[in-house]
Amino acid sequence: MDVKFESWKEIIKDENIAFKKTKVLTDNILSYCPGCGHGVVHRLVAETIEEMEIQDQTIGIAPVGCAVLAYDFFDLDMQQAAHGRAPALATAIKRLYPEKFVFTYQGDGDLAAIGGNETIHACNRGENITIIFINNGIYGMTGGQMAPTTLEGMVTSTSPYGRDPKLMGYPLRITELIAMLPGTYYVTRQAVYKPAYVRKAKKAIRKAFENQKLNKGVSFVEIVSNCNSGWKMTPVEANKWLEENMLKTFPLGDIKVDGELVKEL
Amino acid sequence: MSEIRLMMGNEAIAEAAIRAGCDGYFGYPITPQSEVLEYLMAEKPYERTGMVVLQAESELAAVNMLYGGGAAGKRVMTTSSSPGISLMQEAISYMAGAEIPCLIANVVRGGPGLGTIQPSQSDYFQATKGGGHGDYCLFVLAPSSVQEMADFVKLGFEMAFKYRNPVMILSDGVIGQVMEKVELIDPIPRRTQEEIIKECPWATTGKTPDRERNIITSLDLDPIRQEKHVMNLKEKFEKMKEDVMWENIQTDDAEYLIVAYGSSARISQKTIDLARNEGIKVGLFRPITLYPFPEKELERLSKQVKGILSVEMSLGQLIEDVRLAVHDRVPVEHYGRVGGSVHTPFQVLEALKEKIVNKY
Repeated sequence: MDVKFESWKEIIKDENIAFKKTKVLTDNILSYCPGCGHGVVHRLVAETIEEMEIQDQTIGIAPVGCAVLAYDFFDLDMQQAAHGRAPALATAIKRLYPEKFVFTYQGDGDLAAIGGNETIHACNRGENITIIFINNGIYGMTGGQMAPTTLEGMVTSTSPYGRDPKLMGYPLRITELIAMLPGTYYVTRQAVYKPAYVRKAKKAIRKAFENQKLNKGVSFVEIVSNCNSGWKMTPVEANKWLEENMLKTFPLGDIKVDGELVKEL
Repeated sequence: MSEIRLMMGNEAIAEAAIRAGCDGYFGYPITPQSEVLEYLMAEKPYERTGMVVLQAESELAAVNMLYGGGAAGKRVMTTSSSPGISLMQEAISYMAGAEIPCLIANVVRGGPGLGTIQPSQSDYFQATKGGGHGDYCLFVLAPSSVQEMADFVKLGFEMAFKYRNPVMILSDGVIGQVMEKVELIDPIPRRTQEEIIKECPWATTGKTPDRERNIITSLDLDPIRQEKHVMNLKEKFEKMKEDVMWENIQTDDAEYLIVAYGSSARISQKTIDLARNEGIKVGLFRPITLYPFPEKELERLSKQVKGILSVEMSLGQLIEDVRLAVHDRVPVEHYGRVGGSVHTPFQVLEALKEKIVNKY
């Protein structure tokens, strides 16, 4: 910030404001790396909550991982779960407060590895919650280790010669897996690395929250995201790599809409 | 009107939960306490009081459901047995750190490992010294009858919300499975939304415009703030001593003392009668709260006796708290069967003579 010349004070005048941060986000500075998709997804979730006017009825669950401090950024009543357990917390809150909106915000290590069981069973029970799932194919916060979603051949700090499926298993497409369960009502995979995709992701998140009014089961939004720090790339390189590599294993689009599969699995 | 029924301990704790205004029970089957979930599912409390009952996919999920519900200000409980309680330690530690009230009953079976399905008291350390990672204590109640299994549900919820801390009922396979007469309280209505917000202003009930957002977390990366938080917790664990509970049985003229809790206390009560028939003046000191441990009363009693036998179905866990309380003033010895075997009153009497009366 150019504090020396104080020119920024001129710029932030009301008449110059073309874009305003939603009030459902706090003024705290995001702890995410520059270029990371988390910030965009936070904004989309917060904007959705503001637009639906449900800030006072929404309870969010933060995971363990890069988004562990999500409660610092959402101006909502929030709980921070143990690693992978967010769907269990959300299950209880929603059952005890059926009229509230309950969402979890989880990464791929949290949701697909350590919390795989909680994810599958909350989805199978058809809990009437929204799950926001950020998939960047890596454990970001602990420094870039292999995740269940890490691509074949992908280099991480715990697969330094690339992920060898014979030794380390295959990338887990948990979103396709849970779409098979009758308890899920809306399952979609989105991205936020291009403005057009951001708009689509916003629509998906809105639908996922609106669905809670219908009492029909889990709404699950996967966002394929980047991890430029963990992938050891610049943000621009990371987005390019995401498009060329991640989307082959994790193709974008709706998988299940209104309880019906719309894609062959 | 209160009601008198013949019930097993596991049924009594389930019925008591409905009557204590419990909002949600989350459980997973494990012997010897599966009757709790079975009773609740058959009883349909969601029709009687609106109470939620859910069979979780694991003890891990069940206890994390408590974390979610408790953090939202609801009266939530679970029950399990030893191996299941070990799995639950993760969320118990999180709840102690985040100061979340909840009620957990452990109907203890023999261990270690899968051990046995028979009764034991070998989870004393786990219950009273924290159990999971980090510096914390649970408020621990030890019922020695079916009546207390029922009574401690209401009391447990009161303590959980008074101290904003998980409360454990440390029972065992004997108390869980035995059938006895039990007097059940009149049902207490579940709290309304307004009452919950008033009692739990810290809970995640939805951020209304009149207040700041409520955050439930056990995380604080600033070591100075985290240290202050842990010191505040310590103060709370000290304050719990105000609610210490115990029972003295025939201690007034006692020259010897048996210290025992739960089912071992029930068994030892018979031992005292047998011993007194033989002219041995022995009394029974029964801690009802295991944390806080009734150390002051035990210290007082230790001044009048020649020796103490600590009786528990374990290799000797309670005995450490007994020794700490009596400061080596009198000899303290341990007796107890393990691995699911239950001592008889006669075996306890024999041990009392051999280890205490004949020696001191």
